[in-house]
Amino acid sequence: MLDFLVDPWKYEFMRNAIAIGLLVGILCPVVGSYLIVQRMALYGDVIAHAVLPGLSLSFFLGIDIAIGAFISGILGAGTISWIRSQSRVKVDAAMALTFSSFFAVGVTLIAVLKNNIDLDSFLFGDILGTTTLDIYRTASVTGLILTAVWLFYKELLFYTFDRTGAESVGLPVKVIHLGFMAAITLTIIASMQAVGVILVISLLVGPALTAYLLVKELHQMMIVGAIIGAIASMGGVYISFYLKNIPSGPAIVIVSSGLFILALLFSPSQGILTQRFRTF
Amino acid sequence: MLEIQQLAVNYRGVRALEQIDFRIAPGELVGLIGPNGAGKSTLLKAMLGLIPTAKGTIKYCNCPLCQHLERVAYVPQRSQVDWDYPITVWNVVMMARTRQLGWFRRPGAAAKAIVNGALDRVGMLDLKDRKIGELSGGQQQRVFLARALAQQADLFLFDEPFTGVDKKTEAVLLEVFDELRSAGKILLISTHEWGRSLDRLDRILLLNQCLIADGSPQQVMTPANLQQAYGVSLHQPINRDAGADLFC
Repeated sequence: MLDFLVDPWKYEFMRNAIAIGLLVGILCPVVGSYLIVQRMALYGDVIAHAVLPGLSLSFFLGIDIAIGAFISGILGAGTISWIRSQSRVKVDAAMALTFSSFFAVGVTLIAVLKNNIDLDSFLFGDILGTTTLDIYRTASVTGLILTAVWLFYKELLFYTFDRTGAESVGLPVKVIHLGFMAAITLTIIASMQAVGVILVISLLVGPALTAYLLVKELHQMMIVGAIIGAIASMGGVYISFYLKNIPSGPAIVIVSSGLFILALLFSPSQGILTQRFRTF
Repeated sequence: MLEIQQLAVNYRGVRALEQIDFRIAPGELVGLIGPNGAGKSTLLKAMLGLIPTAKGTIKYCNCPLCQHLERVAYVPQRSQVDWDYPITVWNVVMMARTRQLGWFRRPGAAAKAIVNGALDRVGMLDLKDRKIGELSGGQQQRVFLARALAQQADLFLFDEPFTGVDKKTEAVLLEVFDELRSAGKILLISTHEWGRSLDRLDRILLLNQCLIADGSPQQVMTPANLQQAYGVSLHQPINRDAGADLFC
């Protein structure tokens, strides 16, 4: 059993994969908790798809792909806000159109610019190909966002629970909203290597949602979600190491979703089966 | 003194409020009454700067109210709150201290004592560790009342506080309103269901897009005014109970 756990650590690519998996596993549920409580889970999906045009362009121009992806992601989020403010279009329809349009532009740019991008690794992740630079980048984003959450926790709690109330006492809600968009985009960029832009929504939402079924406060949701996210990442990396034909990104997501199903059935306070047993 | 002059508000290109003029002095308990869609919530939100105004001024102590937001406690309609949010009663009330504490500071003993006192006043201290979603509608309203009290504001704006609450909560709300009035605070309470609580008010503002009447309950609740506001025809002079039926 011990060999089963220790063997992967003998390889550098596995140590890198575990490091970035842990970082992303902790970061995603913290940001994802805010998405869930604001009923903005699909916003994460939109931004994840919206990074592709910027990613493609910056690759073509030879600049850091994170810069292009960040600008593109923020533009995607801004497009939804703009459509909503200028028309009566509902947010779900605006999101559906925005994310598919940005994604289409991204795929087209890759084809037209003849970029030599490994599209699969951006879409579905390639955690086993993690470099030291990837780890530093993800660690920086994780450190930055966790520090911001810690510093502004009470303001963010007020804003996410009662935006009107927060605005009525003079909190800068527009700045906070922009900060959220930036944090979500940075989290997605930091997670691209591990799970890819298509599957990152699962890591943003899955562990946090699992935690939501187990606790009663936002900060507990973040802490428990981060533990679950780390377990899911580790589990996925180990599965893909031992079962060679299972890709790492999907393996992480499947473990995360499996843990959610367990909480849905057996959560002490809200589990479907727990409540059924209680009535007998 | 709260002073609204020539206020007009547009909502989605349509004039939602116009020609709104009134003043409220410290120690006054004022009801904002009108049918659904009359613009009661819009008026409260416009006062707080949550909705842009098309015209007019909103002043408190001779300065724009938006410069004194820390002195205003606003209690939104219950339907605007996500009751499934993972938060306890204690932390909802502690939000009231966010602005006063300032950035980067955590609540200390003083803030905790204020929150404790507010929860105790509304009879919710025993349930402080309860998740808000586990409370009844009346208890949830009392938690928001405690949050307003913990803000230690001078101006209180309540949006439909009596909707869907039990008798006990209604009594607590009315008691606290009386106490705040005695303490010289300004209270503006919007509602479309007043029941027999009308006579607790110092004044009523009868609203339907514009201000139809402003005065004591007896002056305002006349058949002519009510017909203008609600578009119903009343063939006999309204008495207290008839008025109560209308708003329940």
